[in-house]
Amino acid sequence: MAERERRQTPPFGGVFAAHARIMDADDMARAVSRMAHEVIERNHGLDLVVVIGLQTGGVPLAERLADALDEIEGIRPPVGSLDVALYRDDIGLRPVIPEAATDIPVDLDNSIVVLVDDVLFTGRTIRAALDAVCDFGRPRAIQLAVMVDRGHRELPIRPDFVGKNLPTRRDEVVDVHLEGVDLGVMQK
Amino acid sequence: MTIVLRGGRVIDRSGERIADVEIGDDGRIAAVGTGLSGDTDLDASGCVVSPGFVDLHAHLREPGQEDAETIDTGARGGALGGYTALVAMPNTEPTMDCAAVVELVRTLGRGTACEIVPTGAMTVGRRGEDMAPLGELVDQGVGIFTDDGTGLQDPRLMRRVMEYSTGLSKRLGRPVVLAQHCEVTALSAGGYMHEGEWSSRLGIPGQPAESEELMVMRDIALVGLTGAHMHFQHLSTAGSVAIVRNAKAAGLPVTAEATPHHFTLTDAACASYDPVFKVHPPLRTDDDVAAVRQGLADGTIDAIATDHAPHTDHAKELSFDLAPPGMLGLETAFSLALDGLGLDLPEVLALLSWRPAAIAGLSDRHGADIQPGSPANLCVVDPEATWVVSGRAMASRSSNSPFEGRTLRGRVRHTVLEGQPVVVDGEALR
Amino acid sequence: MTAHLLGIDGMDRAEIEELLDLTDTFAEIGRRPIARVPALRGRTVATLFFEDSTRTRVSFDTAAKRLSADTLNFAAGSSSLSKGESLRDTVDVIASYGVDALVVRHPMAGTPHRIADWTDASVINAGDGSHEHPTQALLDAYTIRQHRGALDGMHVGIVGDIRHSRVARSNVLAFSALGAEITLVAPTTLLPPSLVGWPVRVSHDLDEVLPSLDVCYLLRMQRERITEGLIPSVREYVSDYGLDAARAARLPADALICHPGPTNRGVEISAEVATDPRSVILDQVVNGVSVRMAVLFLLLGSGRELVDKAESVAGA
Repeated sequence: MAERERRQTPPFGGVFAAHARIMDADDMARAVSRMAHEVIERNHGLDLVVVIGLQTGGVPLAERLADALDEIEGIRPPVGSLDVALYRDDIGLRPVIPEAATDIPVDLDNSIVVLVDDVLFTGRTIRAALDAVCDFGRPRAIQLAVMVDRGHRELPIRPDFVGKNLPTRRDEVVDVHLEGVDLGVMQK
Repeated sequence: MTIVLRGGRVIDRSGERIADVEIGDDGRIAAVGTGLSGDTDLDASGCVVSPGFVDLHAHLREPGQEDAETIDTGARGGALGGYTALVAMPNTEPTMDCAAVVELVRTLGRGTACEIVPTGAMTVGRRGEDMAPLGELVDQGVGIFTDDGTGLQDPRLMRRVMEYSTGLSKRLGRPVVLAQHCEVTALSAGGYMHEGEWSSRLGIPGQPAESEELMVMRDIALVGLTGAHMHFQHLSTAGSVAIVRNAKAAGLPVTAEATPHHFTLTDAACASYDPVFKVHPPLRTDDDVAAVRQGLADGTIDAIATDHAPHTDHAKELSFDLAPPGMLGLETAFSLALDGLGLDLPEVLALLSWRPAAIAGLSDRHGADIQPGSPANLCVVDPEATWVVSGRAMASRSSNSPFEGRTLRGRVRHTVLEGQPVVVDGEALR
Repeated sequence: MTAHLLGIDGMDRAEIEELLDLTDTFAEIGRRPIARVPALRGRTVATLFFEDSTRTRVSFDTAAKRLSADTLNFAAGSSSLSKGESLRDTVDVIASYGVDALVVRHPMAGTPHRIADWTDASVINAGDGSHEHPTQALLDAYTIRQHRGALDGMHVGIVGDIRHSRVARSNVLAFSALGAEITLVAPTTLLPPSLVGWPVRVSHDLDEVLPSLDVCYLLRMQRERITEGLIPSVREYVSDYGLDAARAARLPADALICHPGPTNRGVEISAEVATDPRSVILDQVVNGVSVRMAVLFLLLGSGRELVDKAESVAGA
């Protein structure tokens, strides 16, 4: 599990214990492929699209989504990464350490930014990401792709492209990794 | 009113015995023996009865800095530390360099918890330029002259003061003592701690040990030339101790003192950057501490003196360079000497009482043997009692003790000044 | 417990590296079109300078502003102290403005350490007398790492007035913690009175040392050292210890030339050497802001103390 997530899980530590496999590797591949088709359909191609993965869980997914887009359209859109730690609204309330690079490879003015994250939960990370993206330019539109939407939103944010909608309890933890998606809890 | 100090172990220069000490209403010791009776009994069982302590070096701050200390509060602190006489340093404002200020100090000292013994400055205003009216001050009974706070830099003027002082001994009735704060300021200026490993690491400019030792050497050479009686204040370096040891072996009329902080603390304490550890001369190295202890043990250093130097919190709440040097000492000296030196109790008492009394010319009143007819300036100390140092709890108007929070062994129980109890069961009555 | 940055003394290699790693993140922010993140919004950073240093103050001020902190600047000359105000009075007055971090520069060693005892704010030492200047050492280490990958096994020569240099003290501690070998090059009068416990070698011959250096770190030579009798003349100092083109030619091609600034052109460094391609003096300035952002964020924004607290609870 990502260091960021470990530090953010109260009380700042523990071991992830899975109790259910939600998606396996094939499920994920199919979901990525479907989302890629939706992105192309929604934006009438890839002309203005820039894919930005949120550090750390969204970055490998962004790469996979870009690969899928390339496979369908024969064009690989620019891929960037964004660490939103310094834009979070819980600085001072929870441990926050920026851990990974922010790399926005192109000018975002007038682009269509597809933000990619592994899990959509309260929406606060996405709120921070929206602020961060706007510091790099003024995109024509910002869209959101997530592998798992687990509910419990605290802000008026909804995803545009979803791998799987997954009802969860608040105390559960969703772990997205290369081989699939697990649901479990943190144990001390 | 007669008082009996009951059941204590009586120690003085002549030896020790378990006895009651009866004090008559004339302020003198009436009897020493067993089964004595008087109007008031002060329990001394398990304790030591000693001649009162004599501090050769106290800054009482009055006149001029009464927010830091007064003669009254200083004397109370002295009594709580077992002292019956305090030699008051002349760096007051105005300076004790004339009969009027000396008389003022003496007057303010009357009725306090200690006998206050004024010194006189060697030079006018302690500026090191013109000789103070030593004769006038000798006629006032002043027997110790010092510019303490600074050393007399000019060797020519120092020679003149020495020569002049030798001619005043007859008027005083004993040798005039010149007490030197040994510091060649050309070498020490701009330094705020001992120069060495710690100062280099901490980035605090240092004063080399040699700035002290050069003046000790110079004055010893001038003693040879003039025959004056020289007393070296607060020796702090191994070099100084060795130089004085040689001078004594050569038969020169020199004496020396050392402070409790110089035989217990080192320059490592400055790592906290707390100016409570800033003092002149500065805290030195482990080797220097060992040499000072050895000097006290072998008689090279004659006496323990406190260099009690009160400063308000406000004054010490400055950067290390701007904060004034000095630390409290009166109430901790006995405990530190008892625990810090590894000497037998009678030796410790000698360093605190009769030896400094002799240097100050007070032997007729202080440090005298405990026998019928002697003035009753006494203290009763419990060598086993432990206590925790708290600057706030001290009698001083200031609280700048570098030993804050330390648990020390040895506590003063009673102090008797001129036959009157001034401290009873650790509580000051004056 | 409030976190402070008082010196490199007491920091281990892991802590120094954590800060240098974090600095990468903040260096990237400095290259953005809008070089500002909201990380310390609502926090207040005060600079309290008892000694004039526009460069260091502006660097901290810029770092704080890039993190969206509010900034206050107090230039506390000797005036308030000469009016009888104690240092503590001054600190209490500034703390009453609701300050989260206090960046302190003072001409006397240890003053930030004292201030840290008196305030709830995080204290950052921005240079205390001849003692330490930790953010300078961190930015220097960062700059060297940026150009040479790591400090392990590097040979760093620190040249000049080591005795009075807070930069030298912090750099010796930081560079040695990161695995560098250090040679101090100076006349004896400009070395500390004691070097016991310092992980350094000493040389009085710059020409002999130059060919083996990976980093030649020049210190600022202050002219008052002559009046203090520590060196005979600027001319003699320049002749023995100044880095001119001829000496720079003896440095390896991949060596770095560093200087904490401001430079005395023609004294410790000649004009042509200051613009030598191996000179990284301007990189040091740029990295200074990034390092100070990392320090401010780590102390005020990272919530590190929350982790420590949780761990101590878990451990108890």
